[in-house]
Amino acid sequence: MVGGVETIGFSELKQGMRGRVVSVDPHAPALLRLQEMGLTEGAEFLVDKVAPLGDPVEIFLRGYRLCLRKHEAVGILVEVIK
Amino acid sequence: MIATDTRLVALVGNPNAGKTSLFNALTGASQRVGNYPGVTVEKVTGHVRFEGKEFDVIDVPGLYSLQPQSADEEVAAGVVHGEPGLSQKPDLLVCVLDATNLERNLFFFSQLAEAGHPIVVALTMTDLLAKHGTPIDQARLSRLLGVDVIPVVAHKGTGIKELERAILDNLEHPMVPAFDVGLKPELDAQVDAIAERLARDAFDVERSTIRDSLSGESTELDERLAPFPELSEALEEARSSLASVPDKGCTDPASRYNWAARIRRQVLPDASLKRIRTSDRIDALLINRFTGMIVFAAVMFVVFQSIYTLAGPLMDGIGAGFEWLGDLIRPWLSGVPVLESLVIDGLLTGVGSVLTFLPQIIILFLFIAILEGTGYLARAAFLMDRLLGWCGLNGRAFIPLLSSFACAVPGIMAARVMPDPKSRLATILVSPLMSCSARLPVYILLIGAFIQPRYGALWAGVALFGMHLVGLAVAIPVVALLNRGVLKGRRLPFVLELPPYQWPKWRDVFLTVFSRAKVFVQTAGTIIVVLSLVIWFLGYFPRSEGDEERYRGEYTTLTSATRKHIEEENYIRQRQIENSFLGRIGKAIEPAFLPAGFDWRLSTTILMAFPAREVVVSSLGIIFSLGGEVDEANTDLRTAIQDARWPDGRPLMNGWTAVGFMVFFALCCQCMATLAAVKRETNSWKWPVFMFTYMTGLAYLAAVAIHQVGLLLSG
Repeated sequence: MVGGVETIGFSELKQGMRGRVVSVDPHAPALLRLQEMGLTEGAEFLVDKVAPLGDPVEIFLRGYRLCLRKHEAVGILVEVIK
Repeated sequence: MIATDTRLVALVGNPNAGKTSLFNALTGASQRVGNYPGVTVEKVTGHVRFEGKEFDVIDVPGLYSLQPQSADEEVAAGVVHGEPGLSQKPDLLVCVLDATNLERNLFFFSQLAEAGHPIVVALTMTDLLAKHGTPIDQARLSRLLGVDVIPVVAHKGTGIKELERAILDNLEHPMVPAFDVGLKPELDAQVDAIAERLARDAFDVERSTIRDSLSGESTELDERLAPFPELSEALEEARSSLASVPDKGCTDPASRYNWAARIRRQVLPDASLKRIRTSDRIDALLINRFTGMIVFAAVMFVVFQSIYTLAGPLMDGIGAGFEWLGDLIRPWLSGVPVLESLVIDGLLTGVGSVLTFLPQIIILFLFIAILEGTGYLARAAFLMDRLLGWCGLNGRAFIPLLSSFACAVPGIMAARVMPDPKSRLATILVSPLMSCSARLPVYILLIGAFIQPRYGALWAGVALFGMHLVGLAVAIPVVALLNRGVLKGRRLPFVLELPPYQWPKWRDVFLTVFSRAKVFVQTAGTIIVVLSLVIWFLGYFPRSEGDEERYRGEYTTLTSATRKHIEEENYIRQRQIENSFLGRIGKAIEPAFLPAGFDWRLSTTILMAFPAREVVVSSLGIIFSLGGEVDEANTDLRTAIQDARWPDGRPLMNGWTAVGFMVFFALCCQCMATLAAVKRETNSWKWPVFMFTYMTGLAYLAAVAIHQVGLLLSG
């Protein structure tokens, strides 16, 4: 729970889910690149596709399609939008 | 080189924004490819002449952020800022913004703007937007950004003249974007809220006025709102809610994206979830669990088969052409044997071997350019990432590794599809472990001589397949070790965009292929020719006047039975090699190869094959006095190797030694073209030297291990 919102980790997302980034761990330098790609606090996205072997995932974010690995997005907390 | 009095324009932007296409449209054939000192990044420059004026253009590698996170990005960012030692400081930046991906592109723009550089914006992909009925308000964008915005469709040439004119204008009167992106997200949200609230009451107030009021820098708005208690209260509330927000600094990505999203909403209101439907429909098939994998396998099969088979006849043609050229020149040189050998065996062979790589390089880069241009390469990387990711590479490594099974030279060059320098270097360093087509003849010869007669065709097939897996199996732990110990810098998270599908732009495809071929011939080619001459020297000298007569004399003393097997010319050739520096070194290092069960003949063959393993079979032919014209199916050569003896009468090779010899060839770095390509691609001698050492070391250890196990087991 962050600020009264039910959150899950990025890696728990499933295909077809819609999410909003609630927080990004400021102590994980690797997450800077993902933030620069647009995964910042408040960004909404759709989990579009999951690769055949389970990873990476493709999300529709800020009008474009971004692929990233689940385990490299650890530290990004997401609120699922119903 | 760039003259310092010519004005320099730097082309900057996100990867996939259409930067290269625009660069090609601007500079055409005037492009030059070089390297920045000490790094792997290529320095691509060109020249533009327009309406009697001229300027240079530098194509800065695509960047997602001006905050560099790798050595390569540091260089690119350094060029933008005009750091000394890299290039002349750019007089103007042309920032390429992809209109279909505006928010992320504006994120990068905000960083450029903040650095205070003069900028012109080239807006790409507007044709795609127009096709989907969502035109962009470029006049407004220009107003909001405070710079000229020129829409371009590079492959059609639309907007190029306008851009060139804008560049010239801006070189005269530079425009530095003047606006403030440095807002805390919370402040931003409150400014938005207040602006909306005021708009409802028909108040037209600038955002900057609201911001200044909320941050306490001005009281202008407070005074204007004083007569309206409701609005004053809203302003006060917003201000007090901000008081509890900790200061997050103004350059965090979130605030930049808030700014970018705000700009985007104003110039392209309904694009937030606009999808390129055709791409979605194609992707339903192409990145699907079943059909996606089938299509992927089919595409890769076509690519691999084309390099493997299509390049073959072309390479033979080039080889034949050079032989013909040799025969043409030979009469002119026949009076001076040294010169004849130098020109034909040294120079022509060297130049010929450079050119034989061209068909493979051209075919592979043709495919890469098409796959990249259509957007499929990104999909392939998405499908393959898991498979290659667990050992420290990523999905993009698939193309270089697969093509290395045909030839490591184009494979190493293809590693440039990988943007992350650490993964790219790891891929380059293991590519030559893949079993290339030049290794096939030695497998066929030795399996034919030692495995097939004893164990039959089935096991011969298994052995051949196994030999192709050896390098792949060794590559996995090598990558793991490289990533842990040797390669510096942290690995960036894997990020990949799936751009909308498009038809490839043929000019861009052609220029990519042309520039790769040119770069290979110019830089790697020079190294290859020089090394060929060195090897020729070692194999020719020392040689004195009377040698040939002496060998002829020796030949007459051989038994007639031996003479029936060995022709006089081939005997002389064998004695010449034995007596050359190469043969002497081969004999000198024989003790080192004894633990692997190799005698001087095999160690000299190994030495002869160092410039290019293609010559291994003909080297064996020379060493076993059958001449250099034998091929791997030659039964005499097979018999000669089977019958070869140590001085004490033991057979030189058995099944174990044969496998050891094959594994040695599978792992050893016997290809100067590979080393030259690595030197070119990494822009340093450090990595080819490292590669040569680790591969040769591994090959030696493996051959020794196999021979020793063989000795133990066969008692």
